[in-house]
Amino acid sequence: MKEIPQVEALLEAMCAELRDFLASQARQDPLVVGIRTGGVWVAEGIRSRLVVADPMGELNINFYRDDFTRIGLHPEVQPSMLPFDVDGRHVLLVDDVLHTGRTIRAAMNEIFDYGRPASVTLAVLVERSGRELPIRADVAGTRLSLRPQDHIKLTGPEPLALEFKQAR
Amino acid sequence: MNLQLTEDGRLRHFLTIEGLDRPLLTRILDTAESFVGVGERAVKKVPLLRGKTIANLFFEPSTRTRSTFELAAKRLSADLLNLSVSASATKKGESLMDTLRNLEAMQCEMFVVRHEASGAAHYIASHVAPHVSVINAGDGRHAHPTQAMLDMFTIRRHKERFEHLKVAIVGDLMHSRVARSQIHALSILGVPEIRVVAPRTLIPPFIENMGVHVYTRLNRGLKDVDVVIMLRLQHERMDSGLLPSEHEYFRYYGLTEERLAVAHENVIVMHPGPMNRGVEIDSDVADGPHSVILQQVTYGIAIRMAVMSMCLGNPPAVEGGEG
Amino acid sequence: MGTRIRGGWVVDPANGIDEQLDIYVEDGLIVGLGPGPANFEVEREYHVDGNVVCPGLIELRASLREPGQEHKATIASESRAAVRGGITTLCCTPDTDPVIDTPAVVELIHQRAAAVACARVEVQGALTQRLEGSRLSEMGALRDAGCIGVSNAYRVMENTEVVRRAMEYAATFGLTVLLFPEDPWLAQDHAAHEGAVGTRLGLPGLAETAETITLARDLLLVEASGVRAHICGLSTARGVEMVAQARARGLPVTADVALPNLFLTEMDVTDFNSACRVRPPLRTQRDREALRQGVREGTIATLCSAHQPHEPDAKQAPFTEAAPGISGLETLLVLTLRLVDEGLLTLQQAISRVTYEPARVFGLEAGTLSPGRPADICVFDPERHWTLTRERLWSEGRNTPFIGWEFKGEVTHTFVGGRLVYHLEEA
Repeated sequence: MKEIPQVEALLEAMCAELRDFLASQARQDPLVVGIRTGGVWVAEGIRSRLVVADPMGELNINFYRDDFTRIGLHPEVQPSMLPFDVDGRHVLLVDDVLHTGRTIRAAMNEIFDYGRPASVTLAVLVERSGRELPIRADVAGTRLSLRPQDHIKLTGPEPLALEFKQAR
Repeated sequence: MNLQLTEDGRLRHFLTIEGLDRPLLTRILDTAESFVGVGERAVKKVPLLRGKTIANLFFEPSTRTRSTFELAAKRLSADLLNLSVSASATKKGESLMDTLRNLEAMQCEMFVVRHEASGAAHYIASHVAPHVSVINAGDGRHAHPTQAMLDMFTIRRHKERFEHLKVAIVGDLMHSRVARSQIHALSILGVPEIRVVAPRTLIPPFIENMGVHVYTRLNRGLKDVDVVIMLRLQHERMDSGLLPSEHEYFRYYGLTEERLAVAHENVIVMHPGPMNRGVEIDSDVADGPHSVILQQVTYGIAIRMAVMSMCLGNPPAVEGGEG
Repeated sequence: MGTRIRGGWVVDPANGIDEQLDIYVEDGLIVGLGPGPANFEVEREYHVDGNVVCPGLIELRASLREPGQEHKATIASESRAAVRGGITTLCCTPDTDPVIDTPAVVELIHQRAAAVACARVEVQGALTQRLEGSRLSEMGALRDAGCIGVSNAYRVMENTEVVRRAMEYAATFGLTVLLFPEDPWLAQDHAAHEGAVGTRLGLPGLAETAETITLARDLLLVEASGVRAHICGLSTARGVEMVAQARARGLPVTADVALPNLFLTEMDVTDFNSACRVRPPLRTQRDREALRQGVREGTIATLCSAHQPHEPDAKQAPFTEAAPGISGLETLLVLTLRLVDEGLLTLQQAISRVTYEPARVFGLEAGTLSPGRPADICVFDPERHWTLTRERLWSEGRNTPFIGWEFKGEVTHTFVGGRLVYHLEEA
């Protein structure tokens, strides 16, 4: 198993790539929106490095999940907070791990219920194999090919570290 | 075994505050908190209950409660059916059961019920299919749990904690389902002093057993209280020999600025509505700085959204598949 | 030539019998106990070793619903249910449709009962015409047609003058007056006892005073008129006290309590179980204790079931809209026996409360095993356990809160006039 990358290094790499990507697509003054909880930590790291003026948005996708009837409402429901107007802006959606794609699907549905963004850019710390929907990251800290039974997750908030669980 | 709860303690029906514990009530308040913001967005909806059918089964007429339930359902993206049933039209027992059977054939997942008989919601809940939930929108004099929860939400928004409060409920307690639910909720949430204030004819016997202090003098009842909840006085009370006139009632029990002055300086004034201005409450108070009456209405939608989601968000009984 | 019932433990409180004896029956009458009459030829014999043999039970007041409400129950169905519970005489209440205020209706009921040929049916006539509480009924004619007493059933009489005159008139014809104490004004629109539970559940309540006020009125009028009176369905501690005082003063007053009130209280209503909706309502623990003491001391000399069978629809409704009443014939004996188990009464006392004492209320010579009396006999196995289920009920009324209760004591044989009208089939 190759060495687990350091989060700091990944964040640096992501931000370098993001600057280039956003410039090439002419997406100015992005609004950073992190998906709770891990995505928010990553988003904070990105926002401080890119020096974004607008406040950060936090999405709790609880009301948009597709498994509500199976598992019900999560007991701790912190409401989403988007302290800005989304209409006509470029949204930078940030999450920690992109796996099946369902979380991102839910997040995009939620953002569009707030208004109509000019564009959505997806940046993730880890893009791993196992997609169930046609969703891909525009910028990823690292891309990993894992077996279905293996799991990778971000722990934090201090220090931020990636944890890898390999099933037998 | 509590009819309202699933085997693992989740909310299945919401019939009465009685029998629910503090963590569950707190969870309802917290869930409602997250729904408050939905009404302030461009798209005032979340897709949580999309595809679900909810039926408003109102045997007693009501515009405001029915429309808040309707709004709550729509903001959760559910389909809503409005049914006004006249309870006097047919032989009572038949009408209720038959109506239920017909609705179940239409495959509704939830009934919101308002009925003039105490215990009607319990009756319906004990006869519906296992996957159906019942919310009590008011049954006779027994309970109006969603109203009580939105009142608790309002109190929490303004006072943060329940542990130090003095709360007074003023008015027709005898006939009030709202008051009974409020007393249960305040008690379970840890409010140390709950007072009821009314003339003797409007105080139900043995109400002290519910953990309240009884006052018949308004000035004593309101002294130093943090929250005043005014109840509506219905005209029928004069006809059934309980009170001589609205005039006398207002004189001794109506809430005016002067009367309110003995309360705590940061007192909040609440009313479940609709108000009878000049009977139980003066316009100066209803529209004054201590009144939070309008906010109660907004919070009502969020509370109902919370309760609906919690009831319908239960995994189906294990049928052999994995969760 | 006759029947011998052999080996049973005979309990006949009226005659002070409490031992193992054989019973001899001929031509429908009891002709001897213990050693039989000389030259008695046994044509039929029943071995009832280990069983208790007592007089057939008398249900003091039962609504048989016929004529007029046959959708709830009929004389046929309820007589069969009665004998299954060891009851050999049913005293039916006058709240039929039409009301029992003419000899014709009395005749009708007697004929139906005779045709069914199960339990005996004695008839209570109406105190006032159509039970409306204003004009006296033709009590003379009713008595001659066979009525054993007159009653206002559950229709409370507002007009004090009418109550007084009705008592005086009934006394003229030697009829017992049965009175149900409930003040009509305080009893407007009630569903449960006016107490802590009723308040919490928001159920319109019936105050204690609704019973005691009318009871006070009626006892004073009984005193003035000298009529033999029976108070139906006491439910309050204060009510028991008042009856005890009246009896101590020598008034010709008896009283009964419906058995459910000795076991259940307002607490049993907390889940809005419509099976517990009764009139008078189930009251507090304190009231229940006082009623029990009243039974023990004899202030309440009779026990009954206040049988009210209902069709399912009548109870399938929210509590305040359900019809009041419990179907109780099949639990009369076992609930009475439970009082023995709980140490409140001896077996002798218990049996007396449902046989000899009810007969005395009406001035009937019944409820005993005295030689020369009709052979109305109940035989039961005191050790047999069984559970009450809906399916097991023979009454058309399945409305009882005792479904699911386990009971000790089951009727094995019931004889009416020497004829075996019920026999327990062994599984």
